[in-house]
Amino acid sequence: MRGMRNFSLVLGTLFVSILFVIMLVSLFYTPHPPNEMNVRERLQAPSARHLLGTDNFGRDVFSRVMVGAQTAFQVGAVSVAIGLAGGFLIGTLAGYAGRWVDELLMRATDALLAFPGILLALLLVSVTKPSLFQTMLAIGILSIPSFARVIRAGVLQQKEADYVKAARGLGAGYANLIFVQIMPNIASAIVTTAALNFSTAILIEAALSYLGLGVQPPDPSWGRMLNEAQSYLAKSPWFALAPGVLITLSVLGFNLLGDGIRDLRDNSI
Amino acid sequence: MRPSDPLVELRNIAKTYAGPVSRFRRKTLRVVDNLSLSVRQGETLGLVGESGCGKSTTGQIAARLLAPSGGRLFYRGEDITDAGEGARGRALRRQMQYVFQDPYTSLNPSFTIGRLLGEPLAINRLAGRKERQARVAEMLETIGLDSSYARRYPRELSGGQRQRIGIARALILNPEFVVLDEPVSALDVSVQAQILNLLKKLQREFALTYLFISHDLNVIYYMSDRVAVMYLGKIVETADVDALYRRPLHPYTQALMSFVPSDDLRVKREKIILQGDLPNPLAIPAGCPFQTRCAHVHERCRAEAPVLKEAGPGHSVSCHLYA
Amino acid sequence: MRMTAEAATGTETPLLDIRDLRVQLRRGGDRSPLSVLDGVTLTVNRGETVGIVGESGCGKSVLSLSILGLLPGGMRIGGGEIWYDGRHPLHRMSGREIRSFRGKEIAMIFQDPMSSLNPGLSIGDQVTETLRLHLGQSRREAKEHAVRLLRKVGLPRPESLLEAYPHQLSGGMRQRVMIAIAVSCNPGLLIADEPTTALDVTIQAQILDLMRTIREEDGTSILLITHDFSVIADMCDRVLVMYAGQILESGTVDDLFERPLHPYTAGLLRSIPTPEKKNRPLYSIEGRVPALHERGAGCRFAARCPHAVERCRTENPELVAYRDNHAARCFLAETEGVHRHAAV
Repeated sequence: MRGMRNFSLVLGTLFVSILFVIMLVSLFYTPHPPNEMNVRERLQAPSARHLLGTDNFGRDVFSRVMVGAQTAFQVGAVSVAIGLAGGFLIGTLAGYAGRWVDELLMRATDALLAFPGILLALLLVSVTKPSLFQTMLAIGILSIPSFARVIRAGVLQQKEADYVKAARGLGAGYANLIFVQIMPNIASAIVTTAALNFSTAILIEAALSYLGLGVQPPDPSWGRMLNEAQSYLAKSPWFALAPGVLITLSVLGFNLLGDGIRDLRDNSI
Repeated sequence: MRPSDPLVELRNIAKTYAGPVSRFRRKTLRVVDNLSLSVRQGETLGLVGESGCGKSTTGQIAARLLAPSGGRLFYRGEDITDAGEGARGRALRRQMQYVFQDPYTSLNPSFTIGRLLGEPLAINRLAGRKERQARVAEMLETIGLDSSYARRYPRELSGGQRQRIGIARALILNPEFVVLDEPVSALDVSVQAQILNLLKKLQREFALTYLFISHDLNVIYYMSDRVAVMYLGKIVETADVDALYRRPLHPYTQALMSFVPSDDLRVKREKIILQGDLPNPLAIPAGCPFQTRCAHVHERCRAEAPVLKEAGPGHSVSCHLYA
Repeated sequence: MRMTAEAATGTETPLLDIRDLRVQLRRGGDRSPLSVLDGVTLTVNRGETVGIVGESGCGKSVLSLSILGLLPGGMRIGGGEIWYDGRHPLHRMSGREIRSFRGKEIAMIFQDPMSSLNPGLSIGDQVTETLRLHLGQSRREAKEHAVRLLRKVGLPRPESLLEAYPHQLSGGMRQRVMIAIAVSCNPGLLIADEPTTALDVTIQAQILDLMRTIREEDGTSILLITHDFSVIADMCDRVLVMYAGQILESGTVDDLFERPLHPYTAGLLRSIPTPEKKNRPLYSIEGRVPALHERGAGCRFAARCPHAVERCRTENPELVAYRDNHAARCFLAETEGVHRHAAV
């Protein structure tokens, strides 16, 4: 059980699983309807009825936080998917074709990388009406460079390997070489990058929503909740605590997971 | 193919690479230079030379893993230099195979042994899954491994076992011609013996023709019928193995042969210790490539490159001493 | 030089005296450590060249590294002693104490000169470094000395070589530089770990020739580690055969080649493809070397030995010396007609 000694992996999996379960459950059940306002019960402290209290509109914080997990996972998954797709295309092309194709593609990705993430997201999002979709697209585009680099590095490293030459000698075509021969050997690097990008995605979404540019009200998002809670910090701190802790937990969880997977791979070599 | 044609023939093969640019001129790296050799059906031709002489490159060209920069390649009398990846090319893949030197890097670490061995059949669409499994099991038995090995991964196998897999992979397509590139160099002495025995057995069983590349003179002697000696991209001597080892003609071959131990390893032979080093491969001097280390060098050697000429029955040498 | 060595073994203190050395590999968690070297005893006398021959995994490199305290992390000396010149207990020296030995009294050369030379430093820098460190020479003195050293090891145009970098040199030349650095402070003992394995046979001959010259001129003792029997035959006075962390046989070169006592030694010699074996299948030892965790209680070679009996599988034999310091770790060697089973 090599994994057991790998604390990052264990903790990371634990955190992510907890959040995942919360998210799943929230699809079917929340203690209260997350958007139901009840002004008479606003800003209440945690109680038996409202496990994490209520917000400034009397909405149940616990329920909102649960549904916020949906947003977080959705943003993470979709943006990672976009990043992976784009990065894969660029990375394999650059790595395998080499020379000027490589130069061109990599300089373009470098340009993208040079943009501060949040600014780029702001730019994209402010050009059109802010919405969840815009957010996911923006973050997805932002994560293309990291995938492209990792995949390109992997392809470059493996393409000169003897086993690739052997497959070529057996008559394998480019598609086979990249997908069948090389891919399994760079898969864990890709998974690690995916996990780390997942956490970045959650963080950026939270930031955008905090600034009011991401998820729009009344849909719950942890970042948005932080924004709403800001004014009431002195009187009702639990309101801000819940989403804040969850953002931290999820970012930490995915980072640990990514680290853990990387350690697993490094040790098994 | 006429009965007298060799199975595989390389004629005037050259392989050059673009080197670094120096003083506005791009130097070329001539790894193989005007090289001709032929392998007769059923024989083992040993290709011996030291590191950097181009023997691996020659082997890869002979097995069509690498395209030559010049010269022609013949198989069964037919010019296949431009066969490419078309139908003819794919058919040739099944006839001409290559075994890599390093058993550690030539097997895809993410594949099981079963998948690795079935790969050649899968890529060439020669057999469905069930048939592949059967062939794989059969091949494992032929190379002396239990069929349970099909489920294992390369990292679980020792160097010797991996090399067996490399050999098996080359043979699963039933080729006629196999290039073996230093197949035992990375292995311990006791494992080496096992693999050499296996190679000989397989050659008899499947009527194979080998191009056996090595720098180890003992192994070459043991395996080969005829031997070609390479130096800096050129063939300097070719002969039947006994003729080469007992009456080497080229000064380089003579030096090499002085290192072949007699049966009693302790008997000290008169070793010819060459002075000097190999010239920079980017700047091979005009004339004979061996001039920098030859004890018999004279003016003509620096001016004119010698060509491979017959000096006796079946014995050719490229040296002005015999011109 | 061989005569001197044999004459000297009588009463002189050995230069290097390793007694019952044990090296272990730590494993994570609560798993017990694995034994890499299991009670290795050997001596090198002044002026002698001792060879250690064995296949991969036998521990010969670990043995050479442990002498100078160069064991990789995770491996440590678990028992036994290493004495240098009868006075210096290398096995329990501190880092600082051992450092004063490295390169000065005991020098080491490795298999791959490309990775043991610093690719970022010039040849001159690397050769003079040792001279200035151990002999306290000034920059100019060290430079002159370096040129002399490079010339001594047969390198052409040594002055211009000082400015060159390792990647500009061929493998043979780099190994000569390594030897120059190693002998720069006139060490008493030179440990050579597979010094010619990565080199072509013609270059190998040059390097071994160089080592012989140094041995004759400076009286350096050599501990030569290799898997190549012809190198052993060429260079060594005495030989030890290692297998799976233990010494299976030791004796003079003649003893081993003519009258091997251990079936493993005999088997190895038989499997070398020398010319007269051409048209017959080669003798090969069955099976393979056991991994570290596969070493059982009995003789470690028993699983592969054609002469193994029941006792061999349960008991690990001791290394017993027979006539003239020819020792073997084998129960069958104890019986009468000692050579019958090990006939080559």
